[in-house]
Amino acid sequence: MKKLATSLLAAAAAVAITGAAQAADAKACFIYVGPIGDYGWSYQHHQGLLDVEKAFGDRVETAYLESVAEGADAERAIERFARSGCDIIFTTSFGYMDATNKVAARFPDVKFEHATGYKRESPNVATYNSKFYQGRYVQGQIAASVSETGVAGYIASFPIPEVVRGINSFILGAQSVNPDFSLKVVWVNTWFDPGKEADAAKALIDQGVDILTQHTDSTAPMQVAEERGIKAFGQASDMYAFGEQTQLTSIIDDWGPYYVERVQAVLDGTWESHDVWDGMAEGHVAMAPYWNMPYEVAAMAKKTATAITVGVLEPFTGPITKQDGTEWLAEGETADIGALLGMNFYVQGVDDQLPE
Amino acid sequence: MSPDVIQAILLTVVTAATPLLIAAMGELVVERSGVLNLGVEGMMIIGAVTGFGAAQITGSPWAGVLAAIICGALFSLPFAVLTLSLATNQVATGLSLTLLGLGVAGMIGEQFVGLPGVRLEAVNVPFLVDIPLIGRLLFGQDPIFYLSIGLAVGVWWFIFRTRAGLTLRAVGDSHGSAHALGINVLRVRYLAVMFGGACAGLAGAHLSLVYIPQWVENMTAGRGWIALALVVFASWLPLRVVIGAYLFGAVTIAQFHAQAQGVAIPSQLLSALPYLATIVVLVLISSNRRMTMRNTPASLGKPFVPDR
Repeated sequence: MKKLATSLLAAAAAVAITGAAQAADAKACFIYVGPIGDYGWSYQHHQGLLDVEKAFGDRVETAYLESVAEGADAERAIERFARSGCDIIFTTSFGYMDATNKVAARFPDVKFEHATGYKRESPNVATYNSKFYQGRYVQGQIAASVSETGVAGYIASFPIPEVVRGINSFILGAQSVNPDFSLKVVWVNTWFDPGKEADAAKALIDQGVDILTQHTDSTAPMQVAEERGIKAFGQASDMYAFGEQTQLTSIIDDWGPYYVERVQAVLDGTWESHDVWDGMAEGHVAMAPYWNMPYEVAAMAKKTATAITVGVLEPFTGPITKQDGTEWLAEGETADIGALLGMNFYVQGVDDQLPE
Repeated sequence: MSPDVIQAILLTVVTAATPLLIAAMGELVVERSGVLNLGVEGMMIIGAVTGFGAAQITGSPWAGVLAAIICGALFSLPFAVLTLSLATNQVATGLSLTLLGLGVAGMIGEQFVGLPGVRLEAVNVPFLVDIPLIGRLLFGQDPIFYLSIGLAVGVWWFIFRTRAGLTLRAVGDSHGSAHALGINVLRVRYLAVMFGGACAGLAGAHLSLVYIPQWVENMTAGRGWIALALVVFASWLPLRVVIGAYLFGAVTIAQFHAQAQGVAIPSQLLSALPYLATIVVLVLISSNRRMTMRNTPASLGKPFVPDR
């Protein structure tokens, strides 16, 4: 029975949908850590796959596997794709890093693209990531403009640089509008637990925040905010349907342009390994429509987003003081990429102690 | 803190505790009959998805609640047939029920992903609900909360004050003797397992209709396992299950408030606190070993094959 159930499960988890194209010029394959219906991270990667289908039609065949656990399962799934004739495989979670590199070493003719990682052990592995913190800066400005209490709440997952960078960027944006703005942070120590995320949202609201933002994957905080009548930001995708009176905007991870570009490179035979960290300028980070705020605030947000896009504004530009009072960046100085990628401290204004 | 804020916090605690309380009450009855069903998480997620789905399709949250209870009970049937009629290993079968439930729920639920849910609205007793501090807590909660209290009292009364409850305990303590007395052991256990399934289903419906009115895969996120642990640490006593569930809820919410207040305790430790606190408290109140021995179903987990 157990065996039967496990294999049933495996079959259910591994519903690979394959394009009908017979004589495709290339095959692009995707591996997701969550279900494509999570309305967050994996959902957005899948939108990227759909963009690839739209762009190339019958020329490119696609396939995907969802809910692939990080670890040993991932290696099997990636290898299966490599054997099944995929020309390029996108592995879309940080935890696939070692599995991707291991399989890539065995299949030198297949191209591998690993999201958010940093290991490129063979020439057929590329890595890519997006500068989501740029969107957080815009959100911070909006929060400080529409908040009445001057305090926002931040539901955070794990104390890794990616998350810390988002928190810092948010508070810097908020302080650029209201220097006294402060931020309460609650760590839920999970990427996805709708119940816990809802509890954290309720606790923050009871503590007096009137703006919620999250770095977790479910829509639960948005729903709680809607129920309690405060404003909130969506995460990874447009969560407007879950908070029509509530969502101010949302950072949208738009992987489509990158996926189309890389598949095109495979078709042209020009694919090369690289490490990209793109943001608004390249269209990888976009903002959902601005709702539930005065016209002037929306105009300011658009202006800031444009400034970041054209490169005249960088959120991490000095003077910036760390939470402990020491100076991090002097007037006009910008952070180097290493400092951004390894960020493990708060800037001033965050009302929280960073977990070790 | 104003009375309104205190009441809001208490309401959050109750919401967090209710699904645990309901699922644990069901499992308590199952284990009192001598069956260990580790499939609580699986039955709970089936309840969550069928509850959400039925509410979506009919537009009525009550249809959702009903569907969740029925589907939870039906989903426990394969477990009952395998472990009771075919005497398979209860641990392995229960685990596979959880795996199966998570997979099946994901498949059924695919069409419901991303839909804003139908909320089971709170009952508001006019005037009484406006009493400061306790008004909403006592007279303005969701119907499943009141069901959960009724369930707790009902289970206690059934187990310790009725003849049928005595039969249930007899079957759980010594199925051989119960059989010799002419009690149909398997029938009692079938009914108990299905009751457990119905409760787990109801707990799931609370998640997807009250707690967070939406459907997402894996939304139970381990709550079935917490309910299972509660039953053991509460040494199979309904009142202690109630204490354990509310304690777990209270510490869960309190640690979020501590974080939001900027208390300088590592958040990883705070996250573990609900588990630690609940275990410690329940172990302390269950430290009377004779009392615990008396309440432990002696036939727990042992298959029963009637000799004809």
